[in-house]
Amino acid sequence: MTAMTRREWLLSDRPASRRQARAGQAYRTWLTFRTNWLAMVGLGIVLALILVAIFANVIAPYDPVLGGDLRTARFLPPMTGDHLLGTDDLSRDIFSRIVHGSRLTLMVVVLVAVIATPIGLLVGTTAGYFGGWTDTILMRITDIFLAFPRLILALAFVAALGPGIENAIIAIAITSWPPYARLARAETLTIRDSDYINAARLQGASSARILWGHVTPLCLSSVIIRVTLDMAGIILTAAGLGFLGLGAQPPQPEWGAMIASGRRFLIDQWWVATMPGIAIFIVSLGFNLLGDGLRDVLDPKARK
Amino acid sequence: MSDTTTGGGRDSALLLFAWKAVKLAATVALTFLGLLVVTFLIGRVVPVDPVLAVVGDRASKSVYDRVFLELGLDKPLYEQFWIYLQKVLTGDFGQSFLTKRDIVDDIRRVFPATLELATVAILIGTLFGIPMGVWAAVRQGRLADQLVRVFGLIGYSAPIFWLGLLGLLVFYARLQWVAGPGRIDIAYEYAITPKTGLLLLDSAMQGQWEAFRNIFSHIILPAALLGYFSMAYISRMTRSFMLNELAQEYVTTARVKGVPEWRIIWVHALRNAAVPLVTVVALSYANLLEGSVLTETVFAWPGLGQYLTNSLQNADMNAVLGGTLVIGAIFVGLNLLSDLLYTLLDPRVRRGR
Repeated sequence: MTAMTRREWLLSDRPASRRQARAGQAYRTWLTFRTNWLAMVGLGIVLALILVAIFANVIAPYDPVLGGDLRTARFLPPMTGDHLLGTDDLSRDIFSRIVHGSRLTLMVVVLVAVIATPIGLLVGTTAGYFGGWTDTILMRITDIFLAFPRLILALAFVAALGPGIENAIIAIAITSWPPYARLARAETLTIRDSDYINAARLQGASSARILWGHVTPLCLSSVIIRVTLDMAGIILTAAGLGFLGLGAQPPQPEWGAMIASGRRFLIDQWWVATMPGIAIFIVSLGFNLLGDGLRDVLDPKARK
Repeated sequence: MSDTTTGGGRDSALLLFAWKAVKLAATVALTFLGLLVVTFLIGRVVPVDPVLAVVGDRASKSVYDRVFLELGLDKPLYEQFWIYLQKVLTGDFGQSFLTKRDIVDDIRRVFPATLELATVAILIGTLFGIPMGVWAAVRQGRLADQLVRVFGLIGYSAPIFWLGLLGLLVFYARLQWVAGPGRIDIAYEYAITPKTGLLLLDSAMQGQWEAFRNIFSHIILPAALLGYFSMAYISRMTRSFMLNELAQEYVTTARVKGVPEWRIIWVHALRNAAVPLVTVVALSYANLLEGSVLTETVFAWPGLGQYLTNSLQNADMNAVLGGTLVIGAIFVGLNLLSDLLYTLLDPRVRRGR
């Protein structure tokens, strides 16, 4: 057998190992994904966000919290000197604050995903797999959480827990899991009576093992698509909480809180409130484009 | 379900509808009970001491203890919940610490403002969203389709409070096309007697056209913004429903018969797409409640959203929970309504197929 190029190995019709099959599948998905240029733009924005968050210290020319000279450096308009986006009321460089704020945004998105996804998966697969009363009770609870508009429920939770970015994350996570539970339950219902599950059961696998090892992996892809599609909403909710003064507290450079503090100077120093808004807009647009693209590639049913 | 005769069919349809209504009512009652449990539990974990909120921090020990007992805080949790349940069901949400009035009265006072804003917004969203969605479906994959998609994506991605601030900056401060924050200028505030609480309606009925113009120029910017967000959703759903309909065989038949294309699109296909669209519009109307919280804060709009955020910032928990509960109840109600409308409008669902 002649040596194969890596591409041939990936696209082989007869994969020799499980690893090769998986890698080939991922490669084919990537090839389809690559043709969707809007999705590629989204991916680029998300990768840029991650890079900016990692290298914030290197990229930002100024300190995000400590301001410059209050007599000379307040409200400098964009493109003055090396202040790319101008300065705010405390002479802080807006560009540096936005760059550092990307860390908070990324932290919110990642933590909410890490908290809400497992809860949704656990509730949904358990309800779907066991059925009966377990299903009824768990799904009733899910419906109750779905019955509140998300932002309103998050507001009530933050009001109870007290303002702050950690509590905002908890509140958003508590309000985010129900759709994932619904989705995971629906997926579980379609596979719970399949032969391989029965086989595992007959071999004496425990319910926990079946749920964790055989059901959850199959629910993952659709739940992950849904989580990606929700990320923009999570960012907007977090920014909204920040704007209302219930999320990140000053002087943290959170984008929503920055808009709130720039609001007072809107008419004369428009850039203070405008610039962080552009950052929120670009990032949530990126997640929306990426989520749309992922759905088109991984979920052929939804493609129209 | 048999429907061999038309009479029997109608009977069974009615029966099915009644059964569905009963089942829905039970679900809604249960959901509402759940809402109450959630708000009750949130109220219990608040770090704000409810007794201190009533008596102030300089009250003596005896006053404190008396109020503690009055509020029923010594009773077990389930008993407290039972009392809470009875109070809420009789329309007693307690008093606001901030305004010193009954929360039910407060909410009744601010609700029309939100209702008016949301209604104008949903009108804008529907009137623009449906034609845009139809247009995108007809031109699927072409420039128009892409434009509508990008327009919608912008709506999904931009923070509404930021767009509101930009709108105020551009259209109010710079161009002076619209009036600023608030519902009405003070000069007109006492010119109209409130009847419905919906100022547009009140001023029109009393023939106060100058005041009407003023109110309109106040409401148009926040309503257009809120409407934009529902427009993004409505146009997206319209597009997918229309694509579904246009691929059906009756459309081909109509084309073969020589029915003009505009008639096929706007009369044949859209009429069929209209049934699920009613659901979508009802859901967007419910979602506007959420958007209104942030929009009202930006535009100083004296509605439910602003009431909620004001109470939040002042740790007025009774008002927060009352407002949350009312919004949750409206949300559940609108969802139920859209479900019922769907059953009523779609003959296939009605026949239980």
